[in-house]
Formats: sequence, C-alpha cells, structure tokens
Amino acid sequence: MTHSVQAAPENPSLVVRDLKVHFGGGKAVFSRDRPVVHAVDGVSFSVPGGRTFGIVGESGSGKTTTALAIMRLVPITAGSVTLNGEEISAYEGRELRQSRRNYQIVFQDPYSSLDPRKRAAQIVREPLDLMNIGNPRERDERVSELFTQVGLRPEQKALFPHQFSGGQRQRLGLARALSTRPGLIVCDEPVSALDVAIQAQILNLMARLQADLGLTYLFISHDLGVVQHICDEVAVMYLGQIVEQADRVALFSEPKHPYTKALLAAVPSVHATERDRRNRVRLAGDPPSPINLPKGCRFASRCPMAEERCRQSSPPLEDRGGGHKVACFLA
Amino acid sequence: MERAPLLSVTDVVVDFKTRHGNARVLDQVSLAVESGEILGIVGESGCGKSMTALSIMGLVPDPPGKVTSGSIKLGDRELVGMDQEGLRRIRGKDIGMIFQEPMTSLNPVFTVGEQIAESLRQHENASPKAAMAKAVDMLRAVEIPEAEARAKAYPHQLSGGMRQRVMIAMALACGPKVLIADEPTTALDATVQAQIFDLLQDLQQETGTAIVLITHDMGAIAELADRVVVMYAGRVVESGSVRDVLSRPRHPYTKGLIACVPHLEEEPGPVRKELLEIPGVVPALTDLGAGCAFAPRCGEVMPKCRQQKPVLTEAGDTQCVACWAVHEPAAAS
Repeated sequence: MTHSVQAAPENPSLVVRDLKVHFGGGKAVFSRDRPVVHAVDGVSFSVPGGRTFGIVGESGSGKTTTALAIMRLVPITAGSVTLNGEEISAYEGRELRQSRRNYQIVFQDPYSSLDPRKRAAQIVREPLDLMNIGNPRERDERVSELFTQVGLRPEQKALFPHQFSGGQRQRLGLARALSTRPGLIVCDEPVSALDVAIQAQILNLMARLQADLGLTYLFISHDLGVVQHICDEVAVMYLGQIVEQADRVALFSEPKHPYTKALLAAVPSVHATERDRRNRVRLAGDPPSPINLPKGCRFASRCPMAEERCRQSSPPLEDRGGGHKVACFLA
Repeated sequence: MERAPLLSVTDVVVDFKTRHGNARVLDQVSLAVESGEILGIVGESGCGKSMTALSIMGLVPDPPGKVTSGSIKLGDRELVGMDQEGLRRIRGKDIGMIFQEPMTSLNPVFTVGEQIAESLRQHENASPKAAMAKAVDMLRAVEIPEAEARAKAYPHQLSGGMRQRVMIAMALACGPKVLIADEPTTALDATVQAQIFDLLQDLQQETGTAIVLITHDMGAIAELADRVVVMYAGRVVESGSVRDVLSRPRHPYTKGLIACVPHLEEEPGPVRKELLEIPGVVPALTDLGAGCAFAPRCGEVMPKCRQQKPVLTEAGDTQCVACWAVHEPAAAS
C-alpha cells in the first residue's frame, strides 16, 4: 500500500501560536529567586487535518513539553492552542474535560503507561466511562471494534498488561487513544521503546489508521528515519524553539540550518560511503542549559559557522519560500 | 591470516532454569575477535547478545544461569570454569566493559577520578597519587575538557555524554586487549552518539584494542564495525564482513532487520511506502522446538525448517549463514 502526500486540505486542524511553557520562577525557601527553565519558548505552527506533523530534537529541546502543553497536561505560560476552531488553551475544569475527547495521546513507554491492575478491555474502555460516552453496551461494542482495528484478538480482552508484548501494549495504547474518536492524536515517541521489527508493525498500523479514520497526528521523535518515514511536515526544535520547519522532502533534501545538517549527519546510515563519513559536520559539546540562555542564537555556542552577530541577537524564524522556514542569519 | 584470534568463543551453551522449564539463552554460539578489529553483535532484545558479553566476562548470574558447555579463550587462557579470583584479575585489566546506562553503572558517592583510579590501584598497584594522575590523563584521552577539574566531579554533575566518556576512560585505564561495549550509545542523543562513535574509533586506532560492539542498530554496525554477527533466539544466524552482510544479506532475518528500519534518505520521494514488517514476535526461549527458531516468522519457510535446526555454514567469502533455504534451495521448490 502506498499513499500520496499530495492534496493538502487547507483547513488547519491544530493551530499553535507563540506557545510558551516556563517552569520555576517565583521565590523558593529563604526568599531566594527560583531559576526559570524556558522549556518551550515561543513555538508556532499549524497542522492541516488528516496530516502528520513531526517535531524532532534532542533531549531537552522541548519537544515533549510542547506535546504535553497541547494536551493540556502541563500549564501553559503564554500563547494559544486551537483545535478545529476551538481555543482549547482557554478551557478549564468541566469544559476542558469535555474537550479532551477530541485530542488524545499515546505515550513513549508502553510499560509504565498502562495500569498493571486493569484488564486490557477496561483500559481501552476507561476514557469512554470517564467521559460518559454511550451506554454500557455501546461501550463494549466500541471496545471490540477497537481491538479489531489495532490488530488485537478478542480473547485478549481479559488479559492484564504484563501478559502482552511491547508491541501489543503499544496497540492497546493506540486503542485507548482512539476510543473517544478524537481528531488529533499526539504521539510522544510511540515506537522508540520497541524493537526494530516491532517498530515497523506499529508505524504501518498508524499509517493505516490515519488513512482509514482521517486522523491528524502530532508526532514527537528523536529518530530522523522514523520522522522522515511518517511525517508530512517536520519542525526541528533546539532549546525550546523551532529552528527549521519544512515539508519532509525539502527538509531532508535541502536542510538549511546548521543544526539540522549536523543532526542529519549524526544518524548512522547503512548506505553511507567512506567519503560521506569523512566529510560530515560533527557538533562538539552539549546544548547549553535552558536556565541561563545565551543572548543571541541559542545554537551559536555549538555552531561551526557562528559569527559575532549570531552571539549578539537572536535570528527570527523566517519563510525562505515554499513554506521552508529557517531561524539562522547565515542560511 | 592463520594466527590464533585474541578472543574466541566456541560452541558456548548457556542455560537458565526458570519456572517454565529450562531456557537455552545461548545455543552453540561461536565467534572470534582478532586484535585491532571491531566486531558487531546485532539482534533484537532477548536474542542473547548481552548474554554473550556477560558469559565472556564470567558474569552470567549463577544460579539460575549456567554455562553448560563450550569454551571461551582469551589468548591461550580458558575463561570457562576459571575461579573468581582469576576472573577478577582479567576483568577490568584484560577485558574492559562499558554498559548501556552510564548513570547506573557509575557509583554516585565517589568522584569520577576516584572511580577511574580504583581499577589502576587494583590491577597495577599504582600509588594513590600516580593513579589519580593517570585518571586525569585518561579523562583527557576521552576528550573531556578541563580534565583536572572534572576528575573531582561526581557522576550527577556530568551530562549523559560526559558520563559515557568517563565509562570509556575507566574501561580503557588498564589498557585492556578487548573492550566490550554493550549498547554504549542507546541512552544518548544522536549528536552525542556520533561523538562517542568517533571517540571509540580514534581510541581503537591509537591503542589497537579489539572492540566487541553490541547493538540493535544496523546503522551503528555499518558505521563502526569490521565484521558482524547477527543473533536470533540465542543462536548466531549469520556472520561475515559488514560490507558483505549489509549489501548481500543471506538470512531472511538479516534481510528483515535491514529492511524494516525506516532509513534516512537524502532525497526522499513524495510517496511514502509501507515498511517491510517481520510478522509476529520473538519466541519464548523455553519452548523453541526442534526446528529453526525463526521459522514461524519467516517468509521463505520450508517443511525442513520446522524439523531440524539449520547449522551455521559458509556462504560466500566472508559470510556464514544458518538457513536451510540458503543451503538447500532445491528443497524449496
């Protein structure tokens, strides 16, 4: 089965505007100032319905915090998140809970994200019970339907999570996320805990579900191979900000930001030749701390091309044509 | 070419007693490492790649595990059946090891300098002062900036990449002949992984230490290793030079392992293809049956595969394969 990336419906389903998530701040004991961690610092993007938007970055880049903020699982410091015209970042309490049926999440670790004391069917049914969707008989039917959709057998409904393999658990996680018929599914590293052979099974399942149900995915990953495979558009994050964003063909064939280039060069490849290996850019050091951010470009301290102006002021994320956005003075 | 390998593992069988019966976690595993080469061992979780490393180090937990038969030789010394005292002299001195998770394998209450110095004092009877000076040199060798100050740091004060560098410094401090690296970069970010790979390659070229690299990532094998051993359910299913195995994989499992990973392409096409799947899951080691362990997931399975285990046999210049479909293709039709 192949499916085309063409025919973008121009109705943005998810719109994120200038999202900021800061942790800490205020006063700690003995009235010392608590440092502020700028986990997500002004992130904007939009995802058309039925498409997959990928966010890549290293640990500490803010990609998971972005996902959690959109899911309303961490407090949003500033900015807005709109899903199908509803500003979900403005909801609180009962309204927020009701809106949750429209956006669900699949977590990275299929071991710790399922309640070990609940049976598989209960786990998948729980969102329906909590949000009071349908009557008990309809909920049972929905659970059966979901088991078939994600490729689990009906007799597995009575099993406990520890009786499933990692791949099957991730299928359960997907079934649970799909139970309330959401339009948006946020996937936080959904395959990184799985063996390579099982990864392929889950990625194919996700592509099939998207084609069948018209789902919109926000896909968080550090694995560029996986992101290239499944995403229509990709944003690269570094220290809480998007440094480059483009459709998957442009981003991987013409990366512009030095960080994107280094990230691509760092991926060990089965096809690389000796010459490729000798010519690639290597980054030295680790990313700076998100507490004491540099004044200029956040990547300047590790950038092989950095100039004086990079250290003085921070480059804005600008469109360089065809929706290919880059935040770099030199690109 | 006909010199004795530095480290040779021959027909090693490791059994674990479990509640569900005997689990054969390693079955007739053989491999050899020459000095100065990088050997990769690749496979999914539970295939026995880490257990191979543990049996070389004499660290198979006993009970419940036991090296039932086979021989592991470092030079002309037999390691199977050696007493703990003898093994202690070899571990950390002749064979160094780096583990996957640098945070849990470092001691949180000692400075990293003290931890590197410890093995030097144990194995080389160095004075505290000399050992510490050598530890600082080792930190410099693994390219840690401000090595003298860093030697006084505790593990939690270092980043993940720094900690893995400390582990490498510790493993190499006594100048081992063999370094076993068990998933050394799995817990690290891509750019840091690339730094560690470069470092391992540089150190290997300088010191001539042989490296056994254990990983689940075929990309890492392509990047670093000279030869590769592919394991499945406790057995070696294919081995050979990295170039041959990657360009012409013969075993259906190796083919699947290479094809099922979405590889990064420089010019991705506008149309996405479905990934090749290896159906099913790794079997439980307690009921492997008489045939090939991969048969239930294999696309090229024949009746014989379910009855008899295939033997690792030569197939090409450098390659060995354990697969009936390769050795007796006539029987397939």
